[in-house]
Amino acid sequence: MKVAITSNGNSLESKLDQRFGRCGYFTIYDTETKGIEFLPNPNKDAQEGAGPASVQLVASRNVQKIISGEFGIKIKSLLDSLKIQMIVLKQPEKSIREIIDMLHN
Amino acid sequence: MSPRPFRLRKISNPPVISGFKPYGNKKIGGKTESVFLHLEEYEALRLCDYEMLNHHQASILMAVSRPTLTRIYSKARQKIAEALVQGKQIIIEGGKIYFDSEWYSCKNCGCFFNNPDKQEEIKECPLCRNSNILNYEPDNEETEENTTRYSDICICPSCGYETPHRCGCPCKDEICPECGTNMVRKGRPHKRNF
Repeated sequence: MKVAITSNGNSLESKLDQRFGRCGYFTIYDTETKGIEFLPNPNKDAQEGAGPASVQLVASRNVQKIISGEFGIKIKSLLDSLKIQMIVLKQPEKSIREIIDMLHN
Repeated sequence: MSPRPFRLRKISNPPVISGFKPYGNKKIGGKTESVFLHLEEYEALRLCDYEMLNHHQASILMAVSRPTLTRIYSKARQKIAEALVQGKQIIIEGGKIYFDSEWYSCKNCGCFFNNPDKQEEIKECPLCRNSNILNYEPDNEETEENTTRYSDICICPSCGYETPHRCGCPCKDEICPECGTNMVRKGRPHKRNF
C-alpha cells in the first residue's frame, strides 16, 4: 500500500508540511517494498487550483492514504470520491522518518 | 427574482459501476438510447430501497429536506422504469452533489482521519495502529445553530406571560393560560404593538 506524506524538503529529516496543495515535496512511501520516492510539487507557487492538481499527481501514483497538516475545501470531496484516506496530523515538528516509523509499529 | 440556490446533496459513496446495459434487444438494428441516472438519484434509491430507511432518515443523510428527497426518489424510480420498459441503458453520472465521509480522531497520536470506504468499519488508527479512537463530529456548530433557532419564546401581548416556542406550532395559535389571548413571537415586529 502506498502512502503520500507532504514534506517541506527532499530528505528523511525534513519536516511534515502543514499544507497539502502547496507543499514542497510529496513523499511517496510503499509500506510493502519500503521504497521511498520524493516528488517535487509543481503546484507549489500556483495562484489557484493547486489542491486539485496535487490530488491528480498523487492519485496517478495509486496512493491510498495521504498524511498532511491540512486539506482544503476543494480536496475533501475529491478525495472522498477517489476513496483516498486523509490523515490530518497537526504536528509540524514531526520529521518524515518519525512518521514512517509510526506507520510500522 | 432569481430562485433560491440549489442545496447540494450529500453522497456517502460513489456507485461501484457506472451503468447498466440491456441485452437481447428484439428490435434489429435499433440503437440503444440511454437514461442518465444522477448520482443523487442513485443515492436516494440506495438509502430507501437497499438500506431500507424511510424518507425522513434518508433525507437527513443526504442533507436535504424530506420533500426534496421524495422528489429525487420518485425521479429515480421513474427513470429506472423508463429504462426497463423501453430497453434503454442506464448511465449513472452527474447531479449536484458532494461527497462526505465520517471523521475520527486518535487519542494516542492526536491525528484526525476519515473513513473513505463506508462498508469497512475502522477499528484502529491508520498511523499508529492504536485502537483508542474517537468518532469526531465536525458538525458541532451546525447542531448549536439548530438549538438556537428553536429557542424562540412566545409572549402574551396583554399580560406578558412567556413560554418557549414549540417548533411547528404558530405562536398565534398558542393561547395564553393566564388571560386567554392569542400569543405572539417575542422580539419580532408585529402589527399589534405591545
